Amino acid sequence: MTQIELSGVQKYFGAVQVIKDLNLKIDDNEFIVLLGQSGCGKTTTLRAIAGLETIDGGDILIDGKPVQHLKAADRDIAMVFQSFSLYPHMSVYENIAFPLRATRKSKAEIDQEVRSVAKTLQITDLLAKKPSALSGGDMQRVAIGRALVRRPKAMLMDEPIGALDAKLREEMRAEIKRLHIKQGSTSIYVTHDQIEAMSLADRIVIMHEGVLQQVGSPDDVYSHPANLFVAQFVGSPVMNVAEASVTEKASAASVTVGDAATGFEFPRALLSKLNGHAGGKLALGIRPEGVIVRHEAADGFLPVETQIVEPLGSFDIVDIKVGSRMLRARTKSGFVSGPGERVFARIDPAQAHFFDVASGRSLGVRL
Amino acid sequence: MAAVRTSSEIGFNRAAIVAVLVVTIIFLAPIYWIASTAFKPRNLATTIPPTVVFQPEISPFVKLFAKRSQLRSPPTPEEYAAAPWWERVVFNGGEKIVRDGKGEVQWSGYPSRFMNSLIVAITSTVLAVGMGTFTAYGFSRFRVKGEADLLFFILSTRMLPPVVVAIPMFLMYRAVGLNDSHLGLIILYTAFNLSFSVWLMKGFMDEIPKEYEEAALVDGYTRMEAFFKIVLPEAATGIAATAVFCFITAWNEYAFALIMTSRRAQTAPPFIPSQVGSGLPDWTVIAAGTFLFLLPVAIFTFLLRNHLLRGMSFGAIRK
Repeated sequence: MTQIELSGVQKYFGAVQVIKDLNLKIDDNEFIVLLGQSGCGKTTTLRAIAGLETIDGGDILIDGKPVQHLKAADRDIAMVFQSFSLYPHMSVYENIAFPLRATRKSKAEIDQEVRSVAKTLQITDLLAKKPSALSGGDMQRVAIGRALVRRPKAMLMDEPIGALDAKLREEMRAEIKRLHIKQGSTSIYVTHDQIEAMSLADRIVIMHEGVLQQVGSPDDVYSHPANLFVAQFVGSPVMNVAEASVTEKASAASVTVGDAATGFEFPRALLSKLNGHAGGKLALGIRPEGVIVRHEAADGFLPVETQIVEPLGSFDIVDIKVGSRMLRARTKSGFVSGPGERVFARIDPAQAHFFDVASGRSLGVRL
Repeated sequence: MAAVRTSSEIGFNRAAIVAVLVVTIIFLAPIYWIASTAFKPRNLATTIPPTVVFQPEISPFVKLFAKRSQLRSPPTPEEYAAAPWWERVVFNGGEKIVRDGKGEVQWSGYPSRFMNSLIVAITSTVLAVGMGTFTAYGFSRFRVKGEADLLFFILSTRMLPPVVVAIPMFLMYRAVGLNDSHLGLIILYTAFNLSFSVWLMKGFMDEIPKEYEEAALVDGYTRMEAFFKIVLPEAATGIAATAVFCFITAWNEYAFALIMTSRRAQTAPPFIPSQVGSGLPDWTVIAAGTFLFLLPVAIFTFLLRNHLLRGMSFGAIRK
């Protein structure tokens, strides 16, 4: 049972504040992914939890006890580094046994535990090798084995598969997930790769410039981004964001993108849900799959012209021109023959997001 | 992968090989001269032109280690027959080995000088490399206030030729009684090598990723344990390279040894040339002393050659 809580954590590097008042509660057995661009403070947060960085304010609590004054060695936390950090002068066996040798375990116990971890990770045949003789994926397995062997209170992982090539990354991602389900330890994982975050996390913590932006399940942050940053950071291809104005039109609402001549039809409920923000500066956010394109004219569909078509295998991303703005739509592959084609488009109200331009915050409209 | 080479490149390569051979021969010639003279009979040591082909003898080494005096009259046949082979060799040169009242063979000054050299060079190397390693680690891993200035200050101790401070050092040493003592020379050589050792080791320390120690810290070790279990083994190459350079400097040092020592703590470098002055110099004995003096550095360097090669190119390649 390990809970980790960050409460009002502050961290400065010189005059630069890299973590700004961070509050986060991590439950037992939870797999948390810290997601953000480089320099957003996610790695610093992780290192602070590990005890490799001091903090300038706030508390780090493990199982309710403040640990910010404890040394890394006394926190009973394991960490996997991006560079794997396998000790080059030791064999794989010695590397995995190393954390156990810091404890008062007998030789036989250590041997048994090393072999059991090696078996779990399927690296038993590598035990005699030196790290330099291993492939990237195997190095990573050994690094995870070294972290797991002590049965730490929590596992911290700093972009552990960032140094691997794409195919191996995918394999290792699945392996980390499998291992987490099997071993079940509180895990904190840092990455800038949103696909990794989405596929691994129980909850994703999105950070930007030292500030926590949103905490939520992968589905949550994807479907209900809390602000413009999250909306545009999570999801690939990126969400369309355009300034929009909302007006009342007959029995419905109309959302006009930029300077377009006509607006997209929305349910009337939008007006009440915008809660008085309708007159203010709004941004419409819509993921490419929320832009529906068809060849024939139909009710609620606006005539638009296609611009660029990007074939991505299983689907195409088609840029369509709405007024002077470009919206990216996701279509079946080959649906649009090429640029300059006249098609009809609609925005799926259920997938539309509205943001306040000034604060960037989501207005929480769900239709 | 074989790269394509033009004929001019091949020509250049051959010329380079020839140039390297020529330079190697130039550098090896004096060493050959010393080595061959050390095994020559005395009468062949100074012939003009030099004797290249000769029957090698061990007599210069016997004479090097034993205290000798001139024979006033040749030994009687009985004396000669009773003498062991190494004493006969000395008789053949018109000298005899000096024995004390109990008939024990007296050593020459060379063995004790050689031991002094070993004691001083090894101790000062261990101290300089040890302290340098710790200091370099501190500079490399922690934020030290005024780090750049301190490092510059450390380096600045090497900006003057050391002999400049020889006279004041001599006076200070005489005042505190460190003259002609092992400790005095050890302190001098350690101080002299320390700046070099700090700078060289700092380069090596900077190259060791700090994630290794961080991994050890998270794995439940203190920083001190992480230093000894992780950093030191990783720094072995750097330590070996630094040790070779420090050892060579301390081993070969001449000026301070000449000024600061006279008998008790005298090292081999000032002792060997001092023999030239006494009577008609026996060049084969001097050559034998020099030849033996060359061996420790050669052996030490040979043993650490793999580390040295890595050390030479360290930091040259951006990782």
